[in-house]
Amino acid sequence: MADVAVKDKPKVQEREPLFGAKEKKLLVDPLNDNNPITVQVLGICSALAVTSLVAPSIVMSVAVIFVTGFSSLFTSLLRNYIPKSVRLIAQLIIIASLVTVVELALKYLNYPIYRQLSVYIGLIITNCIVMGRLEAFAMANKPWRAFVDGIGNGLGYGAILILIAIVREIFGKGTLLGFGLIGPSNEQASYLINTAAESGFGSLFAWYSNNNLMVLPAAAMFVIGILIWLQRSYNQKLIDIS
Amino acid sequence: MESTGKIVTFILIITSIVAVSLTGLRELTKSQAAINESVFNKRAILSAIDKYLDKPTAQLTDAEVQTIFSERMEQKVVDMDGNLVDGMTAAQVDLAKERKKPEAERVLPLYIYNATDGNKFYILSVRGNGLWDEIWGVVALQDDLKTIAGVAFDHAGETPGLGAEIKDNPTFPAQFRGKKIYDEQGEYTSVVVRKGGARDKNHEVDGISGATVTADGVTEMLKRGIRYYEPYLSKAKS
Repeated sequence: MADVAVKDKPKVQEREPLFGAKEKKLLVDPLNDNNPITVQVLGICSALAVTSLVAPSIVMSVAVIFVTGFSSLFTSLLRNYIPKSVRLIAQLIIIASLVTVVELALKYLNYPIYRQLSVYIGLIITNCIVMGRLEAFAMANKPWRAFVDGIGNGLGYGAILILIAIVREIFGKGTLLGFGLIGPSNEQASYLINTAAESGFGSLFAWYSNNNLMVLPAAAMFVIGILIWLQRSYNQKLIDIS
Repeated sequence: MESTGKIVTFILIITSIVAVSLTGLRELTKSQAAINESVFNKRAILSAIDKYLDKPTAQLTDAEVQTIFSERMEQKVVDMDGNLVDGMTAAQVDLAKERKKPEAERVLPLYIYNATDGNKFYILSVRGNGLWDEIWGVVALQDDLKTIAGVAFDHAGETPGLGAEIKDNPTFPAQFRGKKIYDEQGEYTSVVVRKGGARDKNHEVDGISGATVTADGVTEMLKRGIRYYEPYLSKAKS
């Protein structure tokens, strides 16, 4: 498949619209039908680890979208020059340098979040989604499409990450993005040093006491499981007929 | 199959491009990143005396944090005999490294906050072991050098919801406020985190259920960490 895609695209294709049906499919598919986490079950490690709060999950998602998008772009640009025998090394160099860029940018822009995500930013390098897309798509497609595909997969990953984090933060801490939502006191909300969190509806369900399991990574496993179940019961394409 | 020459050239080119651009980016962001890190550490120190600041640490801007440190904070270093070390400021001391030295050779950071009303707060740094990794914190003492004005803890890898509560749950550090590190006879007692609830209201605080090892780590860290400052504290008192 790889060879066909590289050689058989005639020049005429250049006249296709910049963002046509194919690009749209590349962008939207990973959000549902071909989600990297719930359908391909890739990138689970970080999805378990960083999703106890929404804010770091958003930062993590943005970081991964950046890395998948641009590593796909650069890999695709270089795809005809990368020697086959060292292509994985070349891909790793690209991914690792982009992750370093993310790390430097976070240190520069928001140090508390950098401290909170700690090793998980570095571990984007080992996120299977990134390398999976490079091998499966970017090595065999033109730069623009590879970029869109990378962004799409990053978005699919990020969407699930944030969904899990919303569930875990509400039930584990009684807050959402640091603002008090349910449960009695919400002093705990000031978890981000820069955010002066005010309790919003702190007394809405004053009887609710935070579920400590939700704070642990194991809870993310349950939430992902439920998400997969929900998705498979609603999405006709994913129903296994056999 | 490509020739070895092509492979080597390719890898050489791509690594040099990456190396040069990343070094450039790092150089560009280095100074701001260092400032961010020092502000982060300064906030952690200030959070111990949160209640005595004009506004809570979380609401201070980075610039205000810097102003407090340059105008109201004395940054000293003391050695194990309680003498001030000349030519060093507190920020230069890395307790993680000091812990690896023999006890007699260690130096300790000491911050003294001069409040607008003339009160002084002595902020000590402590470091120890939790369940999974290191824990550390700051202990602020009142002017009398025996009453705790506030503490703040942090950790490298305690379990969220359990051990990590020493940092995440503000009610835990809040318990330390007003506790005494000396008993009535003037003997050093430190403050103990008591499993099952504090019994001695002057020297004990409640533990965290499910986090006994981390809580014991906090007890041990305070007991040792504050004692290192004792020679200095007794000199400062007289």
